[in-house]
Amino acid sequence: MDTVSYDVLLVGGGGAGLRAAIAVSESDPSLRVGVVSKVYPMRSHTVSAEGGAAAVIKPDDSLEAHAYDTISGGDWLCDQDAVEAFVQEAPDEMMRLEHWGCPWSREPDGRVAVRAFGGMKIKRTWFAADKTGFHMLHALFQTSLKYRPIARHDEWFVTKLLVDDGRCHGAVAIELASGKVYALLAKVVILCTGGCGKVFPFTTNANIKTGDGMALAYRAGAPLKDMEFVQYHPTGLPFTGILITEATRSEGGWLLNRDGYRYLQDYDLGTPSPMPVLRSMELGPRDRLSQAFVKEMEKGRTVETPYGHVVHLDIRHLGEKLIDTRLPFVRELCLKYEHLDPVRELVPVRPVVHYMMGGVHTDPDARTPLEGLSAAGEVACVSINGANRLGSNSLTELLVFGARAGRAAAADAAMAKDIPGAVLAQGLDEERRLTREYLSKTGGRERVADVRREMQQAMEAGAGIYRDAAGLRAAADTIEELRERFRDIALDDRSRTFNTELVACLELSYMLDTAEAIIHSALARTESRGAHQRTDYPDRNDGRFLAHTLARRSDGGPPRVEYVPVTVTRWPPGERVYGR
Amino acid sequence: MNPDYRLYHPKWHRRRIPIFWWLGKRSYIRFIARELTSVFVAYCAVLLLLQTWMLGRGEAAYARFSEWLASPPLVGFHLLTLLAVVFHTVTWLGLAPTALVISVRGRRVPSRAVLLAHYAAWAVASGVVAWALLGGS
Amino acid sequence: MDSITLEVSRYRPEEENEPSWQDYEVPFRKDWMVLDALNHVKDHLDGTLSYRWACRMGVCGSCGMMVNGEPVLTCATYLETCAPGPIRVEPLRGFPVIRDLVGDLTDFLEKLERVKPWIVRDKERSLDEGEYRQTPEELAEYKQYSMCINCMLCYAACPIYELEPEFVGPAAIALAQRYNLDSRDDGRAARMDVLARQDGIWACTFVGECSAVCPKNVDPAGAIQRYKLEAATDWVKAMVLPWRKR
Repeated sequence: MDTVSYDVLLVGGGGAGLRAAIAVSESDPSLRVGVVSKVYPMRSHTVSAEGGAAAVIKPDDSLEAHAYDTISGGDWLCDQDAVEAFVQEAPDEMMRLEHWGCPWSREPDGRVAVRAFGGMKIKRTWFAADKTGFHMLHALFQTSLKYRPIARHDEWFVTKLLVDDGRCHGAVAIELASGKVYALLAKVVILCTGGCGKVFPFTTNANIKTGDGMALAYRAGAPLKDMEFVQYHPTGLPFTGILITEATRSEGGWLLNRDGYRYLQDYDLGTPSPMPVLRSMELGPRDRLSQAFVKEMEKGRTVETPYGHVVHLDIRHLGEKLIDTRLPFVRELCLKYEHLDPVRELVPVRPVVHYMMGGVHTDPDARTPLEGLSAAGEVACVSINGANRLGSNSLTELLVFGARAGRAAAADAAMAKDIPGAVLAQGLDEERRLTREYLSKTGGRERVADVRREMQQAMEAGAGIYRDAAGLRAAADTIEELRERFRDIALDDRSRTFNTELVACLELSYMLDTAEAIIHSALARTESRGAHQRTDYPDRNDGRFLAHTLARRSDGGPPRVEYVPVTVTRWPPGERVYGR
Repeated sequence: MNPDYRLYHPKWHRRRIPIFWWLGKRSYIRFIARELTSVFVAYCAVLLLLQTWMLGRGEAAYARFSEWLASPPLVGFHLLTLLAVVFHTVTWLGLAPTALVISVRGRRVPSRAVLLAHYAAWAVASGVVAWALLGGS
Repeated sequence: MDSITLEVSRYRPEEENEPSWQDYEVPFRKDWMVLDALNHVKDHLDGTLSYRWACRMGVCGSCGMMVNGEPVLTCATYLETCAPGPIRVEPLRGFPVIRDLVGDLTDFLEKLERVKPWIVRDKERSLDEGEYRQTPEELAEYKQYSMCINCMLCYAACPIYELEPEFVGPAAIALAQRYNLDSRDDGRAARMDVLARQDGIWACTFVGECSAVCPKNVDPAGAIQRYKLEAATDWVKAMVLPWRKR
């Protein structure tokens, strides 16, 4: 089998992957760095992020304030040592990106401008109009082109991590254009594959967010942490699920129920005022806002549309000039996908699955318990986001932990031993398995799309914003049944040339794994915290659950769940207070 | 299985571009028409050279040349040439603001201003030439 | 109208040497984009149809295809605007076809890299010195050119690119301008060397279709013509004042 060897291999070429690749190359230009991605880097989902990236630079701000906002926002499930490192390194990372050409929006004197964001007491969110992720990704991608040691394998799909004797030695990947299977050998593998929003039916996420890296790590024996914490972003467009950035609210937008009433005031989020007040009302944390929507819907005060219940986002009072300067993309999206102009009309919005706080368990240097395997970005759970992520922390997370992962990998690669030959045999087995189980298999009766749709529906029903034991168990049973039915899928497409049905099928298998981890983690956590709300256990229970859920794969059964305590340094658990 | 296909080797396809590719879209037809009018512009230059050469060959030669120019088919062709050259000029001037982006004291000069300036320059130049040809004092 | 026909270009290199057409009847829904129709085909009618897509909101640039002869983002083109059908769907023109609606982007990426699309500095600034000061006016100078999503609709619309594939192309030149006009960059001269050539800006004959099809109003045609003026001016200056630093 053909092999390609690297010192460090990045799986995923988005914000975290590119930042990590650059960090490896800057740490040690002699190291061979490979970036393998199932899409071209500029297609990575980082590109869709809109609102901004947080880092302390203004004189009225402090690292302590950023840390406290993050930790309280995460309902005290964040590892405080990791958060302290994160807020400390964030300003330098963001400044570095500015030097690399990122077109940050500016103040009149030419300094970088910052805006307010949900859950933050002080304005610290850097932004590039409302296409921050787009500009960050393109700046990173274009800068990465300067580094000759970085080699890319665009549109190669990774199907398995190569693990031998408790160590990761690389990955098996299909070159999509030819169908050829390669073994990519590396001393260190860094997963930067993003989250798994597509396990739900209604998500802001792109088609490519299928939990690939999470499942790869899970199957290789690394644990997935805090998978039950799924973030619903409060404002997604109905039907498409397209993201309407939190910046609409930080610039002063209001959320209105069907009576035109700013309903968030009924949910302990403060009292309404014409100008936005930080950490209050519409600038509360995302989990509380999404939960308020559900409660409002139960009271019958949301607006019913052919695409489900919505509330209204009102940004008319911001004025056309502000909207065109700071929210132009939002205006474009509303015009195109909702046929309405937010300058003059109310925008229908509803909570939509957006981000996975959970992911592959890592330490603050992005290392997983599996030697030779690291992870950074949404795929990882350090954890700095805890039970609920604050908006604009994740774009910064890509830079800080991408860089940390790269530097740590460069150090590890220098000391790594040679790659054992047994790994190649694994690669050949995987190649044969792909042919046997997918391309040559006959007689199946299921279609990828049907199994996928039923998985998504089960997840929405059982693992939504509010959960209970019965609902979760029903979902668990459905997922188990769907795993059986998955084995009965027959592909229409047997070709080797750019077989996207094969890719969709493999992605579905990854999604079923992550769905299983989410459900069982949610079943085990019998408390409510942040984005994980149990109607049968409505209170937060620090006594038992000031701990991270670790889900480990077990053959032929539900995952083994155990707990590891949260690291508390300076901020003992307290009450999450917003609006007062 | 296609005998030309080799396993694991992407076999890409490039379409054969039709000779009249530009007939497919109105904007392409306009583009080709615009480009073809440059032939007429070249013809004007040749005509000018011919006139100069005839002048150099003496009054009789020039008179014969002028007579030839006055013949109906040539007048018709030159009318067509005039239309083509005007079309060429108008489209050329129309493209000028795209290339000439100037800022005066931090504010961008609007495209219309650049375009009008070009038309003004054209008018002035034409005026000078007309004055010279039609016997200015 | 309940349903509409898609006439899709298929190319299966393992089975055939030439592309062929295949018709699919899909539901006609007013809220569907062409991409939704393609997804319906793949999910329920024919899983062998290969095409690229990701964000479905017009920002990743994956889903560019020719629809009724026009290069468009299929995630941003309503089925209704293409009615009554049959709607012709083909891969983007100008690129070799790998399979069905999937073209090869290697040439495009090579050209993007060729124009040195990064901040070139004579002297680097340290992190302690803080950000480069860039006023909103200075940002506005290049902002438009930074909006390119690399969807390559401009390459598909450009007849020159298909006729002369060495042409570096609209998006690459717009990207070069994005950096040239960025107040933080010192790479103008280096990029001029790359682009003031026959396969660079001078291959462009200002057809203007690139700007007409651009979904993000980048105006690459404008970038190229401005660049031509600069290059010509540079050349004259070099002739008249050869000692001048570029």
